[in-house]
Amino acid sequence: MSFTSLSQLARQAEDRGLSIARLMMSVEEQQSGLDEDQLMAKMASQFAVMEQAVRKGILEPERSRTGLTGQDAARVHTYLERGASFVPPEPLRAMAYALAVSEVNAAMGRIVATPTAGAAGILPGVLVSLLDSGRYTRDQLVWSLFTAAALGLAIANAACISGAAGGCQAEVGSATAMAAGALVELAGGSPQAAVHAAALALQNSLGLVCDPMAGLVEVPCVTRNGLHAITALAAADMALAGVRSVIPPDEVVDAMRQIGQEMPVSLRETGLGGLAGTPTGRAYRVKVFGEDELLDSGASSGRPQSGLARPCDAASEEQSSARDGRVTGEIQQRL
Amino acid sequence: MKYNSAFEIIGPVMVGPSSSHTAGAVRIGRLAREVLGERPTQVRFELMGSFLATYRGHGTDVALLAGVLGLDTADADVRRARDLAHEAGLAYEFAAGRAEHHHPNTVRVVLAGATRATALVASSIGGGKVEVIELDGLHVRFTGERFTLILYHVDEQGFLARVSRLLDERGSNIARLSLERWTKGGDAVTVCEVDQPVPASVLADLRAGIRGVRDIRVVSVL
Repeated sequence: MSFTSLSQLARQAEDRGLSIARLMMSVEEQQSGLDEDQLMAKMASQFAVMEQAVRKGILEPERSRTGLTGQDAARVHTYLERGASFVPPEPLRAMAYALAVSEVNAAMGRIVATPTAGAAGILPGVLVSLLDSGRYTRDQLVWSLFTAAALGLAIANAACISGAAGGCQAEVGSATAMAAGALVELAGGSPQAAVHAAALALQNSLGLVCDPMAGLVEVPCVTRNGLHAITALAAADMALAGVRSVIPPDEVVDAMRQIGQEMPVSLRETGLGGLAGTPTGRAYRVKVFGEDELLDSGASSGRPQSGLARPCDAASEEQSSARDGRVTGEIQQRL
Repeated sequence: MKYNSAFEIIGPVMVGPSSSHTAGAVRIGRLAREVLGERPTQVRFELMGSFLATYRGHGTDVALLAGVLGLDTADADVRRARDLAHEAGLAYEFAAGRAEHHHPNTVRVVLAGATRATALVASSIGGGKVEVIELDGLHVRFTGERFTLILYHVDEQGFLARVSRLLDERGSNIARLSLERWTKGGDAVTVCEVDQPVPASVLADLRAGIRGVRDIRVVSVL
């Protein structure tokens, strides 16, 4: 058994007098054959990887291999300590931490996909900032990952969570929804309130396209993770205040699925349209990968992908090493 | 059901940058290696859709290769896969495939070792989760998340009954089962996912004791 709908999830939890996290735990126990202690240990180790990625991005910031992203998390972190920000320090810290994880991801560092790598900053951003605030224990935060998992399962099974299939709304939208619902349960909100927080967060992400520059999980993915960490916090507050999504949560998820289906392929993780298709986006693609990459994708002119019939990379050793050498050279030049 | 476990949503732990284009690609490579069942010496990847359009940005190429080399999604050496392939004597080639009606993140992997060869088509459906949709030209479906038996055999009456009886007697529960054949009475393949790993002794009995079995490959849990 798994979850296929947010309303069913909330109903099941409430019928059994459980939180969503506890319901997820009992389902996971049944399916995996592991007991609660083992599953908590397993989830705690996921949380530890999230925390390591946050610390690495803040304390040892590095640029990605292309030089497109990196060190913005540290920048925001320094800024918030000056104490003159519009957004109060705590949510701003969540934003800095989300940026940190996304930067580590872009630099091919270790992260936890939550639910995907492209959206991996949001949950650790909000949860590790709450750990640092001292408002919740590590144990409580690890439990909240089970809430997030249940919400994510319902969305993934009813719609999708890949940018190639559904655009960024499916990745960052789902992650924001998962984080919002997890926060509600952390604060003692009901399962109903948690799924509505998820729905409010998701409906604020509808239509978000996946248009990464040069096809890299960098621009705008990193800053988007940062900003959506704050959206997650705000959606949780909205639901805890008693606001409910007028459109039932399952219908919001279904809208996301339909919008994903109607989204043109150029805006679904192909690195062709949107920000990737801007003059700057296209110029970066050439700069990072060289002219021949444009033939691979037909990206520059918006041609249908007729150039794709040719092999894109015959890996005779000298050819691939020559190309890698040139790319590296170009990146170094830019740095 | 596409997703069942909390750890498919809060996970996998992986090196970036993309769960579908990097982690999923590593897993597809590993699946192909296990289906081959011996050390691969040659591999050709035909990339389709979004895999083709963005493979270099996401490191999909090195990720696929890393998987075929047996690396894990969280292995820091994923990015060094081209060098590792060279050291391991694995010849590789990347090409553009025809997209057809597959999921946008799809690749055909054509793999050969000293004594065997296999070809599979697999999609990375999001969050690092993958699915094989074609094996040696036949439509099959398996994910590698459960212990999976791939039986190459002759199509004949009672084959499935004999296999399921033997698995039942030896304490294995079948979670998913499909049989596809090239021709009636000719070559066929059965893909059987079971809940618990099947001991080597049971595999030996399947090989020796079931009429029509030509070969069995085992894909263990990803």
